[in-house]
Amino acid sequence: MKFMLIMRAVDQAAVDAFEAADFEKIIADMGAYNESMVNAGVMADGAGLSDASEGAVVDFSEDDPVVTDGPYGELRELFNGFWMVEVSSQEEAIEWAKRAPLGTGSQIEVRRVNGPEDFPQDNEWIQKEQEWITEGKLAGS
Amino acid sequence: MDHRRETGRQLTSAPADDTDAVHRAIAATWRIEAAKIIAALTRYVGDFGLAEDLAQEAVTDALSQWPKSGVPANPAAWLTTVAKRRAIDSWRRRERLDARLAKLAGELESRQDADVGGLPWDPDDIEDDVLRLVFIACHPVLGRGAQLALTLRVVGGLSSEQIARAFLIPVSTVQQRIVRAKRALADAQVPFELPAADEQPERLKGVLGVLYLMFAEGHVTTSGPDWMRPELAMEALRLTRVTAGLLPHDPEVHGLVALMAFTAARFPARLGADGEPILLADQDRSKWDRSLIRLGSRSLGTAQGLRTALGPYTLQAMIAWCHAEARSIEATDWVRIASLYDMLNRAVPSPVTQLNQAIAIAEAHGPARALSLVDDIDSTGALGKFHLVSSVRGELLSRLGRDQEARGEFERAASLTTNGREREVLLAKIRRIESRPAESTDKADRGRR
Repeated sequence: MKFMLIMRAVDQAAVDAFEAADFEKIIADMGAYNESMVNAGVMADGAGLSDASEGAVVDFSEDDPVVTDGPYGELRELFNGFWMVEVSSQEEAIEWAKRAPLGTGSQIEVRRVNGPEDFPQDNEWIQKEQEWITEGKLAGS
Repeated sequence: MDHRRETGRQLTSAPADDTDAVHRAIAATWRIEAAKIIAALTRYVGDFGLAEDLAQEAVTDALSQWPKSGVPANPAAWLTTVAKRRAIDSWRRRERLDARLAKLAGELESRQDADVGGLPWDPDDIEDDVLRLVFIACHPVLGRGAQLALTLRVVGGLSSEQIARAFLIPVSTVQQRIVRAKRALADAQVPFELPAADEQPERLKGVLGVLYLMFAEGHVTTSGPDWMRPELAMEALRLTRVTAGLLPHDPEVHGLVALMAFTAARFPARLGADGEPILLADQDRSKWDRSLIRLGSRSLGTAQGLRTALGPYTLQAMIAWCHAEARSIEATDWVRIASLYDMLNRAVPSPVTQLNQAIAIAEAHGPARALSLVDDIDSTGALGKFHLVSSVRGELLSRLGRDQEARGEFERAASLTTNGREREVLLAKIRRIESRPAESTDKADRGRR
């Protein structure tokens, strides 16, 4: 079963702590955490996101999408990274999430990732998606 | 440890949902940490069997205490510390607390609080210790069944119940196997060390054999409560990837990862709506798991990049890759598959490999050439009364239009097979021959294997 561990900062404290922290140490802690998942044969993917203030939000509330610069909502780092893990149960995904080197104000949301088995196999779009992966048509694959 | 039993009794009054949730959390923790905890304990007490006992007792303590106390912040440290305390308690009872152990006990007591914060083992040593554990669990003094059970238990972190479900055997059988295995290792005085350099290739071959068998056990059988079976195969794949991480310079361990990944990629297409097996030729290839195929391709690349003579797992992975990347059975590179089977048979001579080679040759170069190879295999007598020989020969004869001979082979195969579904397939082929006009030619029947 594949799960996505979604890293969020839900409190300004987490953002402040991150800024005050030693960057080398953050890299070392995250590196050690990632390595432990690689060594256990469970880590499938992962990435961190750059500062949300550099980003933009596209809002579909109006007829034409409205674009605003900067973060989503008040917090700058609401969603700041993710891991994909391949494990045998939700509990195991949660156990891995608990080991992440994060502090006060941070949360990890644990969500199962849908696989092809969650969709009707005879749907032509589901079949096409499989082909895109097979034929290396996805960017970066 | 009377106070612990007290706690255990009180636990029954805890809300069942919470208790279940904590038990699932313990099982998940154990899967993640078992190998490291047991490896660290083996280093600490100097005895693998004792370390495994202590670890299991610590888990029992957790099962009774955590539902009340909550899951500790550092579960691995908690389990390790409890197991070490139990070790010291038992030494005290047996008055075997010599100077060395007294020192360890002193360290443990002074470090109680420190343990809770950090890792309960030395991060620089733990990888090697886990590798030692893999080699112990797959030690040649043990039988295959014991190696499988012990590897799943100490390296995979599965409970006896989970192992029993995976192999469709009683829990008591698993427990007996593990007890006997630990005794056999103690009797043989197997040290907690990596094999000497000159033994390593042979011992590694043994480890890969155990992992391969674990995987095969998970995917060959199609009967029984089969949901647990693919789980077993996937666990074998995970453990092989862990082993590949520990021995990154060995090409065959990467080859085995690739072989497992390509095979597992076909799982979603292997069973029909009624649970009947679907043969490779008839599988809906759009159901194959593409992310596993990618994993397989990468591991195969690593194996081939290590540039030694191609070993049997890497060769089988290369064959599986040919199937994985083909859009259909007709688009498959059978010429290459036939030559890979030839290389595999030279590396590890086997009449079953030759039979597979014959099937590939039939696709690549036509049934006549394949038939002469099957005749050669059969004349050696190596396969005895193996139904697949008759089944394959029947298939080839049928394609050559030699229906009456084909029918005889199918009948022979049907009488030899012990598998009901396989017999059905063979009887259907006989019926098709019977209903066919006499002048039929080799293209009439495209059914396979």
